[in-house]
Amino acid sequence: MKPAPFAYLRPSTLEEALAALAGEQGAKVLAGGQSLVPLLSMRLAAPSMLVDINALPDLGHITVTAGGDAAGVRIGALARHADVLASAEAAEAQPLLALALSHVAHPTIRNRGTTVGSLVHADAAAEMPMVLRLLEGSVDVASVRGRRTIPAAALFAGPLESTLAHDEIAVEAFFPALPAGAGVAFEEIARRHGDYALVGVAAVVELDGDEVTRARLGYVSVSDLPVVVDVTDALGDPATAALAELEPADDIHATADYRAHLVKVLTPRVLAAAIDHARTRAGKVTSR
Amino acid sequence: MTEEVHDVRLRVNGSVHEVQVPARRLLSDALRHDCGLTGTHVGCEHGVCGACTVLVDGRPMRSCLMFAVSAVDAEITTVEGLTEGDGSAQGRLSPVQQAFSDCHGLQCGFCTPGFLTTITAGLRDNPDPSEDEAREMIAGNLCRCTGYQNIVKSVLRASEIIEERG
Repeated sequence: MKPAPFAYLRPSTLEEALAALAGEQGAKVLAGGQSLVPLLSMRLAAPSMLVDINALPDLGHITVTAGGDAAGVRIGALARHADVLASAEAAEAQPLLALALSHVAHPTIRNRGTTVGSLVHADAAAEMPMVLRLLEGSVDVASVRGRRTIPAAALFAGPLESTLAHDEIAVEAFFPALPAGAGVAFEEIARRHGDYALVGVAAVVELDGDEVTRARLGYVSVSDLPVVVDVTDALGDPATAALAELEPADDIHATADYRAHLVKVLTPRVLAAAIDHARTRAGKVTSR
Repeated sequence: MTEEVHDVRLRVNGSVHEVQVPARRLLSDALRHDCGLTGTHVGCEHGVCGACTVLVDGRPMRSCLMFAVSAVDAEITTVEGLTEGDGSAQGRLSPVQQAFSDCHGLQCGFCTPGFLTTITAGLRDNPDPSEDEAREMIAGNLCRCTGYQNIVKSVLRASEIIEERG
């Protein structure tokens, strides 16, 4: 239960950190460490070097930006989950952030763990990778070769595997703002609050008047990647449409059948809650 | 292979500890073995049980999920630092410690340091929690003795003691 030896670097500039990563094939980035350190302690990973980015300047920001496609929340690599959750401006711009973050582990873990780190850790049982996919956000990465933006749809390669190259650092995530006339909802079932979800479901819907013009659902812990399903044309029976695209898996926590059952229960519930949310935001209080 | 050793300056409970540790030394182990502060307990060592919880710049964090080398810029508070006064056995118990004593909030005591640090910070954020909020506050800490009922009572009692002491 102790990590294998590794070299350690705590650079004070991003350039220094990128150069170190580029020069060491087996190096890993350490930010919050709430997923990485257990992997090291259990010796599921044994990087030759850790590049600790906690001393880098200007990466702790949570910035709400306005204006069309650029409207949203930009989260720096050192912003802790707890900081993002506490940001009223972020919750105002994109309410799904706070809804999902309150389910990310326990407060103690959220105090150290970073939102960007969780994204590139790419765990299909984690809330934030799914949220980024559902909202069609992106991650900005830097390396000695320059910067690029990876759209969420191209970020997840497999279980615990992102499409970042070994020498790249994820410096910022972008979560688009919730447009007017849209609504969101999130719900998950876990054995105990704070545990990994057996199944988690989020929904984003867009309304034109009372008509749903777009409805998408995101699933946590069902398959081995974060999955997003468009149910715009299946509003009568969204759970069946979702299950057609999901491959529920067995593990020690739940059987595939039970996961499929939870998908059937949660899907219509979360979709209805998102529609309600959209109507409430539009100022039309509904009586259901 | 000789492992590289780092000189690390840890600030714990207001004192400075100069320790020489390999990079892989967990903060929990550095506190216990290098600083001699064995009040921080080590249970699961992968962030699940909460026994090793300490305050880092006032916020509860798992010391088993941090490396000592990464804690250089932080002000760390362990269970030893909660006691009011000079931190000696003669100091007065903190409100949370007193509440655990009053309400039988512990039996074997193994998990207690993690609860005390977590609740100390929790009551700072929410000084007057409901019973549900008290449960939520301690949801990340495991106790195998008490069944949690008396720990929930201790959270509520600690809130009263803080109020009484002013």
